[in-house]
Amino acid sequence: MLGNLSLSSIPYHNPIIMGAVGFSILVGLIIVGTITYYGKWGYLYKEWFCSVDHKRIGVMYIVLAMIMLLRGFADAIMMRAQQAIAVGSNPGYLPPEHFDQIFSAHGTIMIFFVAMPFMIGLLNIAVPLQIGARDVAFPFLNSVSFWTAAISAILIMISLGIGEFSQAGWTGYPPLSELPNDPGTGVDYWIWAIQISGIGSLMTGINFMVTILKLRAPGMTLMKMPVFTWTALCASALIVLSFPMLTVTLALLTMDRYLGMHFFTAGHGGNLMMYTNLFWTWGHPEVYLLMVPAFGVFSEVVPTFSGKRLYGYTSMVWATIAIALLSFVVWLHHFFTMGASANVNAFFGITTMIIAVPTGIKLFNWIFTMFRGRVQFHSAMYWTLGFIIAFTVGGMTGVLLSIPGADYQLHNTELLVAHFHNMLIPGAVFGYFAGYTYWFPKAFGFKLNERWGKRAFWGWMIGFLLAFMPLYALGLMGMPRRMDHYANPAWHPYLVVAFIGAVFILGGVIAQIIQLVVSIRERNENRDLTGDPWNGRTLEWATSSPPPYFNFARLPAVHQLDEFCHMKSAGTAYQPADKFFDIHMPKNTPAGFFIGMLCFAFGFAMIWHIWWLALASVFGVITTVIIRGSEDEPEYVVPASELESSQARRLKQVATVEPTASSCNDDGDDSEGAYTAA
Amino acid sequence: MKQHRFRKLRTLLLLGTTLLLGGCGKQWILLHPAGPIAAHEKNLILTAWWLMVLVALPVFVLTIWFAWHYRASNKKANYQPNWDFSWSVDALIWVLPLVGVAILAFLCWTSTQSLAPYKPIASKKAPVEVDVVAFDWKWLFIYPKQHIATVNQLVIPVGHPINFKLTSDTVMTSFFIPEMGSQIYAMSGMRSRLNLIADKPGTYHGQNMQFSGRGYADMNFKVLAKQDAGFQDWVASVQKSDKKFDMTALAQLQKRTIANPVAHYGSVKPQMFQTILDQYRYSHHDGNRPGA
Amino acid sequence: MTTDTLPARYAPTEVVSHAEHEEKLMFGFWLYILSDCILFSGLFATYAVIGHNTAGGPSGYDLFDLRYALVETMLLLFSSISYGIAMIAMKGDKRSQTLFWLVVTALLGLGFILMEFHEFHDMILAGNGPQRSGFLSAFFTLVGTHGAHVSFGLLWMVVMMFQVVRKGLTAPVQSRLLRLSLFWHFLDIVWIGVFSVVYLMGVAT
Repeated sequence: MLGNLSLSSIPYHNPIIMGAVGFSILVGLIIVGTITYYGKWGYLYKEWFCSVDHKRIGVMYIVLAMIMLLRGFADAIMMRAQQAIAVGSNPGYLPPEHFDQIFSAHGTIMIFFVAMPFMIGLLNIAVPLQIGARDVAFPFLNSVSFWTAAISAILIMISLGIGEFSQAGWTGYPPLSELPNDPGTGVDYWIWAIQISGIGSLMTGINFMVTILKLRAPGMTLMKMPVFTWTALCASALIVLSFPMLTVTLALLTMDRYLGMHFFTAGHGGNLMMYTNLFWTWGHPEVYLLMVPAFGVFSEVVPTFSGKRLYGYTSMVWATIAIALLSFVVWLHHFFTMGASANVNAFFGITTMIIAVPTGIKLFNWIFTMFRGRVQFHSAMYWTLGFIIAFTVGGMTGVLLSIPGADYQLHNTELLVAHFHNMLIPGAVFGYFAGYTYWFPKAFGFKLNERWGKRAFWGWMIGFLLAFMPLYALGLMGMPRRMDHYANPAWHPYLVVAFIGAVFILGGVIAQIIQLVVSIRERNENRDLTGDPWNGRTLEWATSSPPPYFNFARLPAVHQLDEFCHMKSAGTAYQPADKFFDIHMPKNTPAGFFIGMLCFAFGFAMIWHIWWLALASVFGVITTVIIRGSEDEPEYVVPASELESSQARRLKQVATVEPTASSCNDDGDDSEGAYTAA
Repeated sequence: MKQHRFRKLRTLLLLGTTLLLGGCGKQWILLHPAGPIAAHEKNLILTAWWLMVLVALPVFVLTIWFAWHYRASNKKANYQPNWDFSWSVDALIWVLPLVGVAILAFLCWTSTQSLAPYKPIASKKAPVEVDVVAFDWKWLFIYPKQHIATVNQLVIPVGHPINFKLTSDTVMTSFFIPEMGSQIYAMSGMRSRLNLIADKPGTYHGQNMQFSGRGYADMNFKVLAKQDAGFQDWVASVQKSDKKFDMTALAQLQKRTIANPVAHYGSVKPQMFQTILDQYRYSHHDGNRPGA
Repeated sequence: MTTDTLPARYAPTEVVSHAEHEEKLMFGFWLYILSDCILFSGLFATYAVIGHNTAGGPSGYDLFDLRYALVETMLLLFSSISYGIAMIAMKGDKRSQTLFWLVVTALLGLGFILMEFHEFHDMILAGNGPQRSGFLSAFFTLVGTHGAHVSFGLLWMVVMMFQVVRKGLTAPVQSRLLRLSLFWHFLDIVWIGVFSVVYLMGVAT
């Protein structure tokens, strides 16, 4: 009846795990209790869980990412503490099998359940607004995508208390992840959590490609799209092109583990090298598609807070496309040490370092955007400047690792760990935090507290440097990654410094929590009444904050890049429309939530071999899809009068404050190249 | 506030100094090579690094300079909100990374050819063959010419190229002696190769770099590089051991152990390395069982 | 640029035409097909890599019956043609004809699935199941994934038949039938790949 599940699956003999479980349950109970106390369940279910509004889905994605960030970070600080203690004969406080689960969970969570949902959340909030659309192309699919991500995160959280998590690292290399070497439920939790969320991500990719290519406001040609939208398009294309490979790779590993097949087994005709190839043909585009939208955020933040146009829009766009394309021809650099021929290794080494060219151009474009500008040191700008400095170092070590001869020595050392954290923390996380700060007032109608925002930045920046610069040193000392203890006392001081760095980052995280609390408490002093708090340049600032559920009472017409900026200087930004239309908006639906819950039941059933439940939930998903798919009227009509009164309310509100003046003016062309040439 | 910033700066400077001073220490083993391969790799790392510093330097300088000079409060600074392109700037920002990458690509191509792990090292002295097998969680070294084998201890003659053949009798592992040079994966059913050489006597550290489960952290061994005479003496002393590496000994090694003590086998059943490989040999393109 | 007339602030119209709506759905579905292509390319690549690893077991030469596979191929090809006829009937707004050809398509598709099921069944009973070797794992997974797609296509087809009966050839029903058509032809093309790479090349070596 319950498959392999029994009471003994709960590791109640382990005080550390039980402490974590207890803490998670406590946090859960507090949240549930608060919602119950305020009687908000009905509201939450109807207005959020069943919502197909891209802005609400975006907010839910980011909430998910932030909750999972706390878990992923808890794993990180536990690892740092272990390595700061476990020198010489001291085994530390974590036994190896626990330490191995922690680093596997840390990587999996940070990539799939922090970076992915944060990135997708920002896409959801900003992209439809930036292109002047009323929602994404497939709002219901969007809701399904979110729920698959949310329930997969819950599956990972459950692995803490029921059974165990994978001990094979976030990349799950076989044969270590094959049944004989990892017979527990750990690898299965890993497989099903990322398989289900991966399919959700694939749907997001399709959704945003169609949204961006088909739903742009009239006049917005491709080369008049904001750079963030460009990066969103490239990231979506990368998802569509790469995620099926993840699906295949995981499916084959599943076949090995569940049906005794021989894809990656040692012997019987399996080939483990095939796994590394398949995995990284997905994996490398994956890490790029996490960073590319962050580059998009920086491309919005720098011009806005420099009061100036972006330098080199065209080269920025082409650099983004080049990075996206190149990401498919570099995967072999993840295993130069597998014994490929010198020519093959050198080829992949060179393709890898070529990526430094478009990336370098992007960096210079941001720098020259500040040139002859008026740079305001807003916290979003702090994250950006911190990114430029730190990311350059990460890029340099990346090029270093791309040289096979150097990689033969540096591969799998702590230097590699330092390198990819040095790419993803500034290159993705800092970008997401900048985007979070930048678009927060758009989503909620009030600004985040600046003082705590800057404190959070310093915590993260100093913490990042302290935590990862010593790891570079350790790499040059030959320290391998993923060690639960070590004998070499020379490594110890560096790992202590790295632990102190993690504590600084903890300070940054706490500052962010305080920032949120303080900002909500002081929301009335920080209201954004114009909808344009930063003197923005793109269309998301052309509507109120928060925008009405239909985004724009009248869709804007686009004539050039930075359209909103030009509207402001032409004096048309707050011009009332004279004519309104009836529009169609998607109805809310519980189907996405149901499908998510059924996927959860399916995942859990597969992990514990509860076959009847797996079958029943698959049947449930198919039935829900058929019912929903047969619906002919998923939309309803919003009458023109409602749109008209909405605009009237907004303009009245804007009239109460002085709208931000714009520095965009159309007088002449004082640049060497033509701005409109693109 | 000012004092605050100062403290942060001081922390950073302190850290930087520690790292720089530490750079001279012997513990930075990648910077203290004990063989020509490692020396070449060290030079490669440093050359590439300083080249990149040269290319990246403008990024650091310009970021700080522009951000500071064009700060909003500096009303004296030139402000041109519509300035968004210049051919001279663009030429610079294309040429700089392009030239950097072109030089590095050349370096990459030539160094990858000369550092190819499978390439035998030319030397006047005769190469020594060592067959390496990874187990959970220990290393076996078979000396096919000397008919001896050791566990978790590798003894090599200085100046002789060491011709490693590697495989694994467990999950994927990576064989690495940092002071001698390149690492290479050891995988079940597959034979990889590595050629290294030690040019000074000493005791070096060898380890598995690819996470392989519970005992991974202790999966290391000592490398003793001895002069010819010392090596011969050592071989002779091991050959005296009456332990034999055969199927029974193999079964013993296949049991999982952590921090296995050093062991010596005075004789080795012929073709043991091939036997270990053959356990998985159906991984490869062959439909025929041996003898079938 | 100083001009007397200000640039238009708002879009001239906001009425989303049916054609635009269709285009959006169709484009999304094409992207899904693209992602499915990549999924199959991953499986084909896997088959190419370990398709020779028979681990001492039988090879494709020992197992495949080319004539049997050819009949399967024909069933699927003819089902594509009959689906095409159903689409022509749909364009002519002929409801019962559309329905008839959908039934024909579904029966041909069902025949294909039953033949494949029979082939798998016999191989497994003879001890040549997917656990036997890397080659057979890759074979069962590649061919089985295609079979699973066809089965879902059949389920979808049955749902569409109900919709044609209950709702008639309304615009949404027609649009769904068009997407199913794309899916069905796509599976046909994938099968041609399977037939060539797995069966023809398997027997040839």
